[in-house]
Amino acid sequence: MQASRIRWIISAVTVLVIVAAVFAVLLAGGYDSSRALAALWDGAFGSPYAVLSATLVRATPLLFVGLAVGLAFRAGVLNIGAEGQLLAGATVAVTVGLMVGGLPRPLALPLVLIAGAMAGAAWASVAAWLKWKFGVLEVISTLMLNFVASYTVSWAVRGPLQEPTRVYPQTVELAESVRLPALVDGHRLHLGFLLALALAIALWWFLTRTAAGFRVRAVGASASAARSAGGIDASRTAALVFIASGALAGLGGASEATGVTFALYEGISPGYGYSAIAVALLARLHPLAIIGTALLFGALEAGAAAMQRDANVPSVLATVVEALVVLGVLALDRARAPRRSV
Amino acid sequence: MSDTALALRGIAKRFGVTEALSGASVVVRRGTLHAVLGENGAGKTTLMRIAFGMLQPDAGTVEIDGAPVSLSSSADAIRRGLGMVHQHFTLVPAMTAAENIALGGHGLFRVHEEAARVQALAERTGLGVDPSARIASLGVGAQQRVEILKALARDARTLIFDEPTAVLTPIESEELFSWLRRFVADGGTAVLVTHKLQEALSIADDVTVLRRGAAVLSAPAATLDVGAVVRALTGEERREDAAQPGRHATRSSRGARVASLDGATVLDARGIVRVHPATLDCFAGEIIGVAGVEGSGVHELIRLLAGRLTPSAGSATLPATIGFVPEDRLRDAVIEEFSLTENLALRSAAARTGRMPWAALHEQARAIVQGHDVRTPSVTTATGALSGGNQQKFVLGRELHDRPSLVVAENPVRGLDIRAAEHVLRELSDTADSGSAVVVYSGDIDDLLPMVDRMIVMFAGRLREVPVAHAAVAAAMVGAKMGAEPDALVGAT
Repeated sequence: MQASRIRWIISAVTVLVIVAAVFAVLLAGGYDSSRALAALWDGAFGSPYAVLSATLVRATPLLFVGLAVGLAFRAGVLNIGAEGQLLAGATVAVTVGLMVGGLPRPLALPLVLIAGAMAGAAWASVAAWLKWKFGVLEVISTLMLNFVASYTVSWAVRGPLQEPTRVYPQTVELAESVRLPALVDGHRLHLGFLLALALAIALWWFLTRTAAGFRVRAVGASASAARSAGGIDASRTAALVFIASGALAGLGGASEATGVTFALYEGISPGYGYSAIAVALLARLHPLAIIGTALLFGALEAGAAAMQRDANVPSVLATVVEALVVLGVLALDRARAPRRSV
Repeated sequence: MSDTALALRGIAKRFGVTEALSGASVVVRRGTLHAVLGENGAGKTTLMRIAFGMLQPDAGTVEIDGAPVSLSSSADAIRRGLGMVHQHFTLVPAMTAAENIALGGHGLFRVHEEAARVQALAERTGLGVDPSARIASLGVGAQQRVEILKALARDARTLIFDEPTAVLTPIESEELFSWLRRFVADGGTAVLVTHKLQEALSIADDVTVLRRGAAVLSAPAATLDVGAVVRALTGEERREDAAQPGRHATRSSRGARVASLDGATVLDARGIVRVHPATLDCFAGEIIGVAGVEGSGVHELIRLLAGRLTPSAGSATLPATIGFVPEDRLRDAVIEEFSLTENLALRSAAARTGRMPWAALHEQARAIVQGHDVRTPSVTTATGALSGGNQQKFVLGRELHDRPSLVVAENPVRGLDIRAAEHVLRELSDTADSGSAVVVYSGDIDDLLPMVDRMIVMFAGRLREVPVAHAAVAAAMVGAKMGAEPDALVGAT
């Protein structure tokens, strides 16, 4: 449709303008901008290594968690806690992975991934319950639970899950049978990426083609109309979506632990759960578009790491760009479509 | 000082094509309680907003203490000694009474000084309020006292009350009235905007009746009787109405009972009774008109019948399929950014499982668009892009699509142009003719009377069946009992 095409163009232009503006600041700050730009490009797309071991690997968790946030937001659930749900998923996946490492892979690996998803769901259901039972705003509760999850990981890797020599704050590495297989020999890209792609398509199909998905969209678009005209139990729908969103984020954590890090340690997530908000919003919560924005931000983060190495430009620049993109897209949406006051 | 506290002379005000006030005048004598009466849309609220500086008149003058003034905001009015107690309170729930009263003041806020000041004011005026109580913890009556204190703390000598008893229990109303009598006995002046006729006649000194934007009666209450005021409210020419044959006169039989309320009661979140035990039977093939002012429980009654509210006591026996056309279309009926097809799917969304049959739904949506004269480029157009009239026709078409045995419509023609309104009303009539029971609420009883078989009126949460005639309905809406009218035809318990 015409209106939605215009919105996509606006999004794309927003991203370009922001990236250009950031580089202008770099130039003004005395950095070698052309070198930085070259490093950014090379780090993201410059070689098979850049694509298969950096960009796509970075994009995988962003895609999982972007879908988690996108699904929640579609139902009007402001789940800011994907980070915590991802950490819960990674923690439980590693814990279970260490226990079932002796089992054959076709049995062990699904078990680990399911455990991770359930852990993410459980973590989200704490906030869902608080909202349903006491009306606690999920923006607050999920944000707080992120800190709880983060410090729980810190404690676990120095306590019950620490490797036996007790030197490093991390777990022992997972056995081969509970690692996600690499997709291309010699590269870090793993099966988790395909799993995330399949989930994106499944989520799109669910939202547009099924009755349950339709209810999710209706509740997110107008809970009052969903209740009054559709007789939909909006609170129940929102709670279920909240938990499903947690499961997606938890699965993302499990995928990261079993596909990339093979162990649990502090900082296993450099804030994927927060970047995911930008990923989902820039894609306007559309599951297929989230594939695109996850790849974009994956490339940006991979390129930023290279930029720091080669041109000495701080890699937090990627985070700055993400934040500006979110602000830009939100501001433009508001400016274009002033909403009815509720 | 002049003995006129507040005078509005020849006030005219127009909103677009609607003439809200056409030369209305009210003269309020100092030290009196002056009641302003009028039906819905008579211009009461607009007139009072002009008096309080919230609106500016197109023509006419506002005089305070005998001097013409030009009020550009309510702050102007407050400076000149006017205070307004709104129907919906303007208090901050999380703050204390003293803080609320201090709100809008200047300079430093000293908690203890302010509390002491409010305490003194409360004692002096006889309005019992604990200055340190949070508004959220206070009952409605106490909140209203805070609202009055707020006005008095700014040295208001003339208080305007907008429907002050709409939210009060009978005992709280009595307390308010006795306070008001003392207030005017001590030299204060009060204007009471109300639709409750008995209440106005029993406590006011003077009464002004507004009809269609003009004052049609202004006299001391002692010289008036109920009949005279009702005639002024509704207009003499309305008497002919009773003789005009409406739909009710042309129908002879009615069908089987489709829906019934049996002592159904509705409490709101605070536990206040919004609908007193109501009993009503709806029969196939008949149209029941419902009237009632805002806050009379009419919206709750409509939602009871539509199955959107469950009674807290008593029972509602409803058919399996109910068509419901709610008043606030964009809040309760459709989702603006959804297509027509998607909004059609909304109606059956709760029970559906598996995949969405989009092809069949598109087909049904097209049938509704054609069958109900909905002007739209296509069924995939966002519903918000349609005009209000076309949205309403679509909602009606959707709700009628599965031939429900009961159709409940709440203000179905509000905001529609004449053609769309006629279309909607005709469709409701046709629906009844084809054997459904139809219940229609409208804020404008003139829309209802020609099309209904029976009329029920909600007043102060009580349901009462009245003859299908303008004067009877209008009188019942203001709580007046008219001569030989059968009072309890249907369950006014």
